[in-house]
Amino acid sequence: MTRPATLLSDAPVTSNAPYDVERVRQDFPILTRLVHERKGRPGKPLVYLDNAASAQKPRAVIDAMSGLLERDYANVHRGVHFLSQRSTDLYEATRDKVAKLLNAPSRENIVFTRNATEAFNLVAQSWGRTFLKTGDVVLLSYMEHHANIVPWQLLRDQTGIRIEVVPVLDDGSLDLDAYEKALKTLAVKLVAITHSSNVLGTVNPVRQMARLAHEHGATVLFDGSQAVVHRPVDVQAIDADLYVFTAHKLYGPTGIGVLYGKKAVLDAMPPYQGGGDMISTVTFEKTTFREAPYRFEAGTPPIIEGVGLGAAIDYVTALGLDAIQAHEQRLLAYATERLREIEGLRIIGTAPEKAAIISFTIDGIHPHDIGTFVDRAGVAVRVGRHCAEPLMDRFGVGATCRASFGLYNTEAEADALVEAVKATKAFFG
Amino acid sequence: MFDDLRDLYQEVILDHGKNPRNFGKPDGFNRTARGDNPMCGDKITVYLTLGSDGRIADVRFDGRGCAISQASASLMTEMLKGKEPKEAEALFGAFHDMCTKDEEEWTDHGPLDEEAMDKLQVLSGVREFPMRVKCATLAWHTMNAALHGDPVASTENAGF
Ligand SMILES: Cc1ncc(COP(=O)(O)O)c(C=O)c1O
Repeated sequence: MTRPATLLSDAPVTSNAPYDVERVRQDFPILTRLVHERKGRPGKPLVYLDNAASAQKPRAVIDAMSGLLERDYANVHRGVHFLSQRSTDLYEATRDKVAKLLNAPSRENIVFTRNATEAFNLVAQSWGRTFLKTGDVVLLSYMEHHANIVPWQLLRDQTGIRIEVVPVLDDGSLDLDAYEKALKTLAVKLVAITHSSNVLGTVNPVRQMARLAHEHGATVLFDGSQAVVHRPVDVQAIDADLYVFTAHKLYGPTGIGVLYGKKAVLDAMPPYQGGGDMISTVTFEKTTFREAPYRFEAGTPPIIEGVGLGAAIDYVTALGLDAIQAHEQRLLAYATERLREIEGLRIIGTAPEKAAIISFTIDGIHPHDIGTFVDRAGVAVRVGRHCAEPLMDRFGVGATCRASFGLYNTEAEADALVEAVKATKAFFG
Repeated sequence: MFDDLRDLYQEVILDHGKNPRNFGKPDGFNRTARGDNPMCGDKITVYLTLGSDGRIADVRFDGRGCAISQASASLMTEMLKGKEPKEAEALFGAFHDMCTKDEEEWTDHGPLDEEAMDKLQVLSGVREFPMRVKCATLAWHTMNAALHGDPVASTENAGF
């Protein structure tokens, strides 16, 4: 196996060639497999439309991780020997890549966590416990993932903060009037809202929201888990104080996530967990901690995953997030139009600005049944509540089917989904 | 395209799924529990009316879920009327085995209503679909919780 040459170099320059999705698909080994193979019956080609839950990995990510294990692996930050240095360089290079991806001012703004969920818990327990007191308001929205709800409820039970929730309009847009009103009338100290909804696809106007929040003295935290995967993100242009995402949805591995923080914000935050790697000196009387971001990274970090994330960022930046976005927007428009052919199909989330995520229900057929049927046709979608139960309640549905598109999906795959849904409808009569 | 789904979605299931029997909250029930399948969002409530003789005088349910869970609940309500709680539990145990284990591994749950077990066969197809076992057994877990006076049954805690 050849080791990817780009591991330590800067991300390759974006090309201006037209987006060649068939070429892109060849980079993802899993996309050639068949599913539901049985004796005497060929399988179905995989149509993977569950990217919002987790994306598949390109060869470059797989090779970077196994390449590290085969040639360069050792613990990081603590050895003088050759491999430890090598491993540290490879792992820490990812911090630069993330900073570049988000247009963060510096690598020091980037904290590695286990996933997005841990980043939220980190902010709640470190920043929240330090800066929020009884009665202070944390402003969420109805379209939050449970990962951005439950940590605040835990904090509420510990400190008596208040949680307020911005409503969502019928088309799936955030109710910006209500947002502004909340900032004006409530003691909002923190806005913690998603950049893009994992169920509705809605992309929120985060720049405007950050500006309004700052005018009212609130700190802003955005959940970028479904945003960084679909579009270029610039945390400085947005003026986010804190920004979170998770690597496995960005074609990288599980086990690593990112918390971006402005320097002043991170510097003011106490450690979240204690242990090795995050300290300067330790005696039994007193321990001093390292500066941010290292202060928040206790213990041996996800080294292999970190290198995988670096390769994933190289991969998407080489394709170009603009190009990915344009491709996915074409797919979104096409799939939306085709799904609308189906009588009784209701799309939940029709905001003007959307990522390539389509949630839908069909009169008379439960999403769970639809999921089982389309799966038999090889089409992988998510069914259920999508870790967003309050949003399901808001739209009066117990569950939805969700097709979420990624950089390797095609119009033919959207057709496969539509045909499978039509056949399901025919079965149920 | 869906040939091998016909075992799971037999006519009886489609029929009960579309037109569930004993659906809706009754007056005068004296035991109830809510069942929740957090994975797929199915939610049902089972209402039991225990008569003065200790037998199940009436069973009804409401809530929403997939065809499998609705059909299972509907079939259940049809077969529990007039049974003693012990008989209902035995049926639950045997049905649970049917959905989750090979026949050699089924355990003895005491005397069974064989006719009811025959009817429940239509749901045995879920054994090939591990993700759907909870759908088929949710109503039964909920009924069992109601019998024992637990307000909530969750398939997450059901120990599959
Ligand atoms: C919008 C959003 N936020 C947060 C998460 C949580 O990500 P993770 O489970 O990797 O922490 C997800 C994914 O499930 C998501 O879609």
